Amino acid sequence: MPGARTLFERVWADHVVVPESADTPAILYIDLHLIHEVTTPQAFSLLRDRGLGVRRPDLTLATMDHSTPTTPVASFRDLEIVGESAANQIRQMEENCRDFGIDLLGFDSDQRGIVHVIGPELGASQPGKTIVCGDSHTSTHGAFGALAFGIGTTEVGHVLATQCLLQRRPKTLAVNLDGGLPEGVSAKDIILTIIGQIGVDGGTGHVIEFRGAAISALDMDARMTICNMSIEAGARAGMIAPDDTTYEYLEGRPRVPQGEAWEQALRRWQVLQSDDDAEFDKTVTIDASAMQPMVTFGTNPGMVVGVNDPVPDGSGDASFRKALDYMQVVPGKPMSANPVDVVFVGSCTNGRLSDLQQAAAVLEGRRVADGVRMLVVPGSQQVKQRAEALGLHRIFTAAGAEWRESGCSMCLGMNGDTVGNGQLSVSTSNRNFEGRQGIGARTVLASPATAAASAVQGYVADPRKLP
Amino acid sequence: MEPIRKLKSRTVVLPTRDIDTDQVIPARFLTTTTREGLGDALFHDLRFNNDGSDNPGFPLNKAEAQGCEFLVAGNNFGCGSSREHAPWALLDYGFRAVISTAFADIFKNNSLKNQLLPIIIDVDTHNWLLANPGVELNIDVEQSTLTLPDGRVARYPIDSFARFCLTQGIDQLGYLQRQLDDIEAFEGGRSWNP
Repeated sequence: MPGARTLFERVWADHVVVPESADTPAILYIDLHLIHEVTTPQAFSLLRDRGLGVRRPDLTLATMDHSTPTTPVASFRDLEIVGESAANQIRQMEENCRDFGIDLLGFDSDQRGIVHVIGPELGASQPGKTIVCGDSHTSTHGAFGALAFGIGTTEVGHVLATQCLLQRRPKTLAVNLDGGLPEGVSAKDIILTIIGQIGVDGGTGHVIEFRGAAISALDMDARMTICNMSIEAGARAGMIAPDDTTYEYLEGRPRVPQGEAWEQALRRWQVLQSDDDAEFDKTVTIDASAMQPMVTFGTNPGMVVGVNDPVPDGSGDASFRKALDYMQVVPGKPMSANPVDVVFVGSCTNGRLSDLQQAAAVLEGRRVADGVRMLVVPGSQQVKQRAEALGLHRIFTAAGAEWRESGCSMCLGMNGDTVGNGQLSVSTSNRNFEGRQGIGARTVLASPATAAASAVQGYVADPRKLP
Repeated sequence: MEPIRKLKSRTVVLPTRDIDTDQVIPARFLTTTTREGLGDALFHDLRFNNDGSDNPGFPLNKAEAQGCEFLVAGNNFGCGSSREHAPWALLDYGFRAVISTAFADIFKNNSLKNQLLPIIIDVDTHNWLLANPGVELNIDVEQSTLTLPDGRVARYPIDSFARFCLTQGIDQLGYLQRQLDDIEAFEGGRSWNP
């Protein structure tokens, strides 16, 4: 059928201010600009230098998450714990938001949290929107059928000043997940399997649409985990078509339309699907029913293996061998042979309520193994409150884990929450790059259940096989 | 912005593939609020030992690497974080171009907006450059060509608008601001409002 379109193409077409030509990129309108303290100061300086204002502060939502402490902070008096430069960055964020009239969900707000957790939680992330942020994990919001992608600080300045970006239209990649997901296998295992299969550059230049029965069956938290890590396959964005699960999640949240406007929005969202005969530039099909708990063994998220399977040997590839040397893992042996020093549950990948519930289900009635430090960091203050209402914090602390305030925390170790040199960390975050969690830190990416099971066993462990 | 038309320099080689932006500049250096001085943090944990001394085995620390403005790197350079601090650090250190077989999208965009050239070349040319560190290359931005010491010319792909902005010294924010009438018309004509 002529005119058949993908979900991505529908959202893209709805935001083109000026179409692209051979000589010029498209001008793309941005519906929601999320900002945080780390990637914006230089953009605000540019606005000041040029005497420009923020064109649409009403479409801009600010929070502080990266360099903020996760130990309880009541006021700025306590901020020296994160270091002078981080404290300065946080102060500047407050000043910039005040001067430019932007809503800041700061220290005094119980809506503060990781930018990719609070956007959805507040209902600001909606189907059909274009959403950007100076952060690569902006792909998270694609779980709602939004076109959401990370940008650099120069582009943050472009959006602040004009609410638009200069963009070439990316290509499309369909990832079809057929079959039902086995019991005990989670969204994190799905996305790690996908990245392992297509590679860390398999999505470069493309927007991925995740489709199929195994995706439709997932709740929104799980869909966000999958879209979140699209960038780890190099993709520009990840998207999932909205459905009843999406609408049920959004209904009644503070920033979604209410009443008649909600009904109108629903009608608009319901057409946000790829046509049956729409063509993708590339298609990959993966059988979800064959999936198992996955862990990384190397220094990028594409170096993954089933938790009980032997680590491959890389056939003499120098970059591969360098990664194994850094990780101190042995080819031919499973990752479950490796003792664990630190376990981190949190981040924009796995810091939502259901992630904490999965970790708590493993920890309930069990103890974190001697010598293992376990940190549980909720993705937002709202997640923290809801978890505490369910008593999850008591399960974590009774097991011997630390229960913290929200933030990015040990995912990238900017705020003082770091893994020690040479220590092995099983982490629910998104990047196992060299030094990501601290100088010399060895990161194993895993699901919340696998992370919690590893904390209990003191070794990388399969959550389905706990005694 | 100053126009960039021709560049000439020797190369320094980092053969590892998938060098991510956390390696280019670790996150703990991102608490800065300016873009100056980040060269000191470039490849910090690879360049320096834990005691702060130079790691003599790291290619950038070799005597012959001093003054090199072209970095030849393994495939898929710049993957991971969107931090623009990565190209800022490379530029502040003195690099003008990074040469590889592929770049991550956000890194490539960030680089072009800061006049750091991401040069994509074929595998054969790449292999030759990996095997011959320190050679002098010429880059012609207007022609989108890289010329090897023996006169071989490799054409590299670059977005035509990005090339235009580089060679004319065009500031993209200024360009966007000149489209304000279209932006206002778009906002006024939408069937829904975000």
